[in-house]
Amino acid sequence: MPSPAITVEGLGKVFEVPVRDPGLAAAMKSLVKRRRREVTAVDRVSFGIEAGEVVGFLGPNGAGKTTTLKMLSGLLHPSHGTCKVLGFEPSRRERDYLRQITLVMGNRNQLQWDLPALDSFQLTRAIYRLPERSFLEQRDELIELLDLGSVVDKPVRNLSLGERMKAEIANSLLHRPQVLFLDEPTLGLDVTMQRRIRAFLADYNQRHGASVMLTTHYMADVEALCERVIVIHHGAILFDGPLRELAQRFASHKTLVVTLAEPADLSEFGQVMEQTGTRTTLRIERIHTAAVTARLLSTHDVRDLTVEDPPIDDVIELAFASGVPTT
Amino acid sequence: MSEVATWTPERQDGAVRSMVRLYATLARVSIMQQFQYRAANYFYMIGMVTEPVIYLVVWSTIAREQGGSVGGYTPGSFAAYYIVWTLVRNMNIVFTPFGWEERIREGQLSAQLVRPIHPIHYDLGMFAGWKVVVIVLWLPIAGVLTLVFRPELSPSWQQVAVFAVAIWGAYLIRSLLLWMLGMITFWTTRVTAIFELYFALELLLSGRLLPVGLMPSWVRHVARFLPFESTFGFPITALVGPISGTALVVGLARQLLWIAIGAAGVNVMWRRGLRTYTAVNG
Repeated sequence: MPSPAITVEGLGKVFEVPVRDPGLAAAMKSLVKRRRREVTAVDRVSFGIEAGEVVGFLGPNGAGKTTTLKMLSGLLHPSHGTCKVLGFEPSRRERDYLRQITLVMGNRNQLQWDLPALDSFQLTRAIYRLPERSFLEQRDELIELLDLGSVVDKPVRNLSLGERMKAEIANSLLHRPQVLFLDEPTLGLDVTMQRRIRAFLADYNQRHGASVMLTTHYMADVEALCERVIVIHHGAILFDGPLRELAQRFASHKTLVVTLAEPADLSEFGQVMEQTGTRTTLRIERIHTAAVTARLLSTHDVRDLTVEDPPIDDVIELAFASGVPTT
Repeated sequence: MSEVATWTPERQDGAVRSMVRLYATLARVSIMQQFQYRAANYFYMIGMVTEPVIYLVVWSTIAREQGGSVGGYTPGSFAAYYIVWTLVRNMNIVFTPFGWEERIREGQLSAQLVRPIHPIHYDLGMFAGWKVVVIVLWLPIAGVLTLVFRPELSPSWQQVAVFAVAIWGAYLIRSLLLWMLGMITFWTTRVTAIFELYFALELLLSGRLLPVGLMPSWVRHVARFLPFESTFGFPITALVGPISGTALVVGLARQLLWIAIGAAGVNVMWRRGLRTYTAVNG
């Protein structure tokens, strides 16, 4: 029977942070008595991720995304609940576990700054004890897929941010991990480079069947890679399901773009967002979409008509604003 | 969805061979890095010569004014002591405890923790590679200092052999001790005062400021129970002498003891520190 790659049950993390009032008196008082406040970063979340699944983990800054990834990669001990990844308990940080995962953080470097990436790759080979043949195969495949041929023999300090990120990703996949935790891997990259990394990740997932958990603020990453998203806010899961259902759950409106044979006032059908000549963009309530569309087609000479969900960024924003946990 | 594949580690070697391969790779990477900064390395080493030259000039002057020697040290034996000092000092440079704060603050430790090796291997291997470069760069500096200060040095082959081992023992002990010191950062970041106290004690009791043999007897007695002399004075005296065969063996045994104590200390502090780190920082 298939077993999930990642199982999370009631996982929570509570930090204790020191607090004190402003002013000298409070500073003196804190010398004798230190006050602490508990901050819940992750509030007993539960989910499972199957082998080979790519899941977008979304939320605003401070929502608990990175804390969750850190618990799953063994960098943080959970305060509550349990998590299992590939059958291992991450917080035990067993070597056989660490050999099967990777954590890529957009702002952390594993490559040696002064040396070509190829030298860092050799170091990674020694750390993960990779046999030469499979190391060379994997290395060459990654160089090809990430188009790194002209980059890997230059000192890392001479690479652009995008080139460096690609080399970092290659370095963190040399040991062919089964589970990838990617924390904003496209952070700060230009659109072309983001697209290239997205294409690579999709290809890597296809080839190796690795499970991927991805946090990002770029909705294009999510749309390109993730069929399923988990939305987290204030440490709790707001939504866990297919990306296409996210709009149905949180967006009460749809966008209708209609082009008529002649200009007309369509305000009776919905809220007019934009009108340019014969082209009108309307905002209509989701439940009335079918009826409004039918009425429009029967009463006007329609040349073109499309019905769209609002942009995913807007949907996510609506989800955060709703703050209602659903599963 | 496919079932989670049963993972079989692809390890071609045994644990020992893999570890040797890891250290060799780390040292090679470090040597390559140092080649990138060869000029800076040289200026750094030349700058470091200033400190022992000052000690040497002061003690040589005192020796001459006291009729040719102080506590058995002549200007020639002081010259030998402080020229060997320059190499031992370079061998003594390890990952600084001040670096721990940055390591934690910048997330470098987290990046190391997701890899399947203990980070101390990384530091030991990288700095060991640097030492190889240091030894090569040191030879011409030692040549110039020899021409200028005319050291009296005639070690036996046993002394040379013990020195060759002892400088690496010193490196290992100091690495372990400074790792322990740096790991205090797991619990508090205001540790500079503790570091400074340690370095002051080390300066006085290691043989760095002056040979421990020239200290008052009670200081020599205290120094015998502390690790500092094993990291500095012992390797120098092992080569420069005067030292008996028994003292050579006892000195090495004492280094072994401090390596064992340091390794045990690192182990305990690392486990506890990591528990704190993974509770709050990650």
